[in-house]
Amino acid sequence: MAGKTLTRADLSEAVYQQVGLSRAESSDLVERVLDLMSDALVAGESVKLSSFGSFLVRSKNERIGRNPKTGEEVPILPRRVLVFKPSNVLKAKINDKMLNAKK
Amino acid sequence: MIKSELIQQLADENPHLFQRDVENIVNTIIDEIGDALAEGGRAELRGFGAFSVKNRPARVGRNPRTGEKVEVEEKFVPQFKAGKEIRERLNK
Repeated sequence: MAGKTLTRADLSEAVYQQVGLSRAESSDLVERVLDLMSDALVAGESVKLSSFGSFLVRSKNERIGRNPKTGEEVPILPRRVLVFKPSNVLKAKINDKMLNAKK
Repeated sequence: MIKSELIQQLADENPHLFQRDVENIVNTIIDEIGDALAEGGRAELRGFGAFSVKNRPARVGRNPRTGEKVEVEEKFVPQFKAGKEIRERLNK
């Protein structure tokens, strides 16, 4: 199961095929969808796409990390991280298909 | 933000498009990503993040309450790693 890597170009092509807009407009719209999602997340909002999953922004407190090479202690500053929680629908779709492919 | 709000924002920005086309755009994007993952592939959207699938082999787990052994079957789970650009924007 090597599988291919999907990129923006593939998404634009799929939108072009599905919706019937020009290639240029399809590509702009894909970009806009990602931008709208990113902007909401940067504003601290979560993004929930039913049947796909939720993107959540978590705030991490400061903690002491260690440089594994030198053993030196360095503070890891408080920061915000983006996490993705896949929906049950997405998990089931991937799991079913991958397990079937192995059989 | 939920899917219908994302669709609404995109529709407001593009008054020349039909609502159903805008819905179709958003659904196509998430379906394509899901399909790529279900085929064992990845999706790399530079700046936003990368989706991949991780294999969790079968293992013997334990019910923490009773200590009883339970077989946990092999499974495949989706993973997401946020892109550099969005990580930086979150911490400006």
